[in-house]
Amino acid sequence: MARYLLKKLGSIVVSLFIIITITFILMKIAPGGPFTSERKTSPAIEKQMMEAYGLNDPIHKQYIDYLIKAAKFDFGPSFKYDGQEVTDIIKRSLPYSLILGAEAILIALAFGVLLGVIAAIRHNKFADYTAMVIAVLGISVPSFIMATILQYIFAIKLQALPIARFESFAHTILPAIALATTPLAFIARLMRSSMLEVMSADYIKTAKSKGLSERVVTYRHALRNAMLPVVSYLGPLVVSVLTGSFVIEKIFGIPGLGNEFVVSVTNRDYTVIMGTTVFFSVLLLVSILVVDLIYGLIDPRIKVTSKEAGK
Amino acid sequence: MSQVQLRDSDFESIQIDQKETEKISGQSTSYWKDAWRRFRKNKLALAGVIIIILLAFMALFGESISGQNYRDNDLMNANKPPSSEHWFGTDNLGRDIFARTWYGAKISLFIGLMASLIDLVIGVIWGAVAGFFGGKIDEYMMRIADVLYSVPYLLVVILLMVIMPQGLWTLIIAMTITGWINMARIVRGQVMQLRSEEYVMAAKSLGASNARLLFKHLVPNTMGPIIVTLTLTIPSAIFTEAFLSYLGLGVPAPKASWGTMSSDALASFQYYPYQLFFPAFFICLTMLAFNIVGDGLRDALDPKERK
Repeated sequence: MARYLLKKLGSIVVSLFIIITITFILMKIAPGGPFTSERKTSPAIEKQMMEAYGLNDPIHKQYIDYLIKAAKFDFGPSFKYDGQEVTDIIKRSLPYSLILGAEAILIALAFGVLLGVIAAIRHNKFADYTAMVIAVLGISVPSFIMATILQYIFAIKLQALPIARFESFAHTILPAIALATTPLAFIARLMRSSMLEVMSADYIKTAKSKGLSERVVTYRHALRNAMLPVVSYLGPLVVSVLTGSFVIEKIFGIPGLGNEFVVSVTNRDYTVIMGTTVFFSVLLLVSILVVDLIYGLIDPRIKVTSKEAGK
Repeated sequence: MSQVQLRDSDFESIQIDQKETEKISGQSTSYWKDAWRRFRKNKLALAGVIIIILLAFMALFGESISGQNYRDNDLMNANKPPSSEHWFGTDNLGRDIFARTWYGAKISLFIGLMASLIDLVIGVIWGAVAGFFGGKIDEYMMRIADVLYSVPYLLVVILLMVIMPQGLWTLIIAMTITGWINMARIVRGQVMQLRSEEYVMAAKSLGASNARLLFKHLVPNTMGPIIVTLTLTIPSAIFTEAFLSYLGLGVPAPKASWGTMSSDALASFQYYPYQLFFPAFFICLTMLAFNIVGDGLRDALDPKERK
C-alpha cells in the first residue's frame, strides 16, 4: 500500500513538473507582453517594470525561479491587478467554486444514481425510456445553454430564484443544477447499464432464492455492487465540474476560480493563468489518486498492491 | 384416440442428397450486414441519421435559400423578430439569422468533423502501435498520453487558444492536441486483446509484415469501437467549439459559428430570446442526433455490449 502510494505520488510529481514546464514555455512564446495595453508606457517605465518582475533575467534563470516558487505554491504577483498575489486570488475565489462544485457533485451523484436505478429496475418499461430520454437530453444540452434556460424559466419568468451573483443558498441552486446536468446524465447511463449487469449476476439469484425481499436484494446486494463504475467516474466528474465552472460562473456572475481563470485569459494575465492551471492540475491529480485509493478500499477484488504481492 | 396407421412405405429409407446437406439455408451475413440489420431496427438512431443528413444538407445549401446572406448588416432592421423576409429574425447588427444559422452550421460541423477525423488518425496509429508492440514502447507511449491526459482537456485547449492567433484551424489544432488520447486508449485496448488471436498468428506465420498485421488485420477488426468513438467525438467537438466561443475564444468575426452566435445573443437574450434560441437549438439538436446515432451504432456493432 505504502509503496503503491509512493509510486503514484511520484508520477503525480512528474506530471506536475511537465505541466509546469509546458505552461512556462507556452506563456513565454505567447504574443504580447504583459504590459502591452492601449496606453503606451514609456520605455523607461516598461524597463523598470520588467526589472521588478524579473522578466529581464536570462530565460533559464526565470524558469528555475519559477519552478522553485511553484514548488512553494507561490506564483508571484498578478500582472494586471496591482499588488495582488496569484495565491491570494486563488484563496479568495476558491471557496465559491468549492461550494458550487460540491453542490453540483452531490446533485449529479444523487439524481444520476437514482435515475439509473429506476431505469434498471423498470427495464424496458415506460420509466426506463423516460429516464434514458432525460439522460440523452442531459448529455446533448451543453451546460451553458442549460444555464440560460434555467435563468429564463426560474429567474425571469417565474421570479422564483435569483438570476445571478452568490449571496445565499438560493443563489447557488441554478448554477449548481446547470453544472450538474451533463455529469448527472452520464452517471444515470453508467448506473443503468452496471445495474442491469449486476442484476443478472449469480449472487443476485442466490439472494433471491434465499427468499430475500425484492427491496433488500435491490438495495443491499445489487446497488452496492453496481455503484463501482460510478466511483471510477468520480475523477472525470471532478474535471467536468471544474471546467464547467469556467462558463457557469461567468454566466451567473460568481467570483469563483473558474471565472477568475476566464478573466485572466481575456486579460492575458500570464501569472494568474499559469498559477490557476497548475492549481487545477494539482486538484485533479490528487482527486484522481483519492478515487483510486477509495476504489481499492471498496472493491476488495482490486488489490492496489497486487503487483508487488505477486513478486 | 385414433389408431396410427403404419404402412410399409413409412419405413423406406429417404435418399439423402449429400449436396443438399451442404447447402446453407438463409443468407450468409457479414459483420457489417448484421450490424446494419440491427441498426435499422433502431428507429431512434435512424431518426438521428436523418437529422444529421438534413443538417448537413442545410449547412451546404441553406445559407442562401431565403435570399439573404450571412454578413450584410442593415442597422435599420436590427433586432427584428422572425418574419417572412427574415425567417429567423435579425441580430443586433441587422444580419439575417436564418442565413447565419446555416453558415454557422457549416463552420460548426466542419470543426466537429475535422477535429474528430484528426483525432481518429492520430489516435488509431498511436493506440495500434502501442498495443501491438507492447512492452517498453507501449509503456512510454501511454505514459506520454497519460501526462497529457492529466491536464483537463478544456484547460489545454484554452491555454493553446491564448497563445495562438485566433482562427478556424487554431481551434481545430488546439482541440486535437490532446483530443486523440481517448481514441488511442480504446484502440490500444482492442489491439492488445486481438493480437493473441489465432488469425493474427496465422498471418504472422505466413510472413506478414508488422505494418500489414496492424493495418490489414488488427485495425479493421477494431473498426466497430473506432466508429462508435468517432461518432461520439463529433458532438463533444461541437460542444467544445461552442464552449470556447462562449468564452470569447471562438472563430473570429466575420466568420460565425453556432457558438459565437449564441455568445453574441446572450447579452440581450431577455429582450430578444429568439436570437439565442436558434443557434442554441441547433447545437442541442446536432449533439442529440450524433449521440443517439453513436448509441445506436454501439448497440449494432457490439452485440456483446447490448442490454
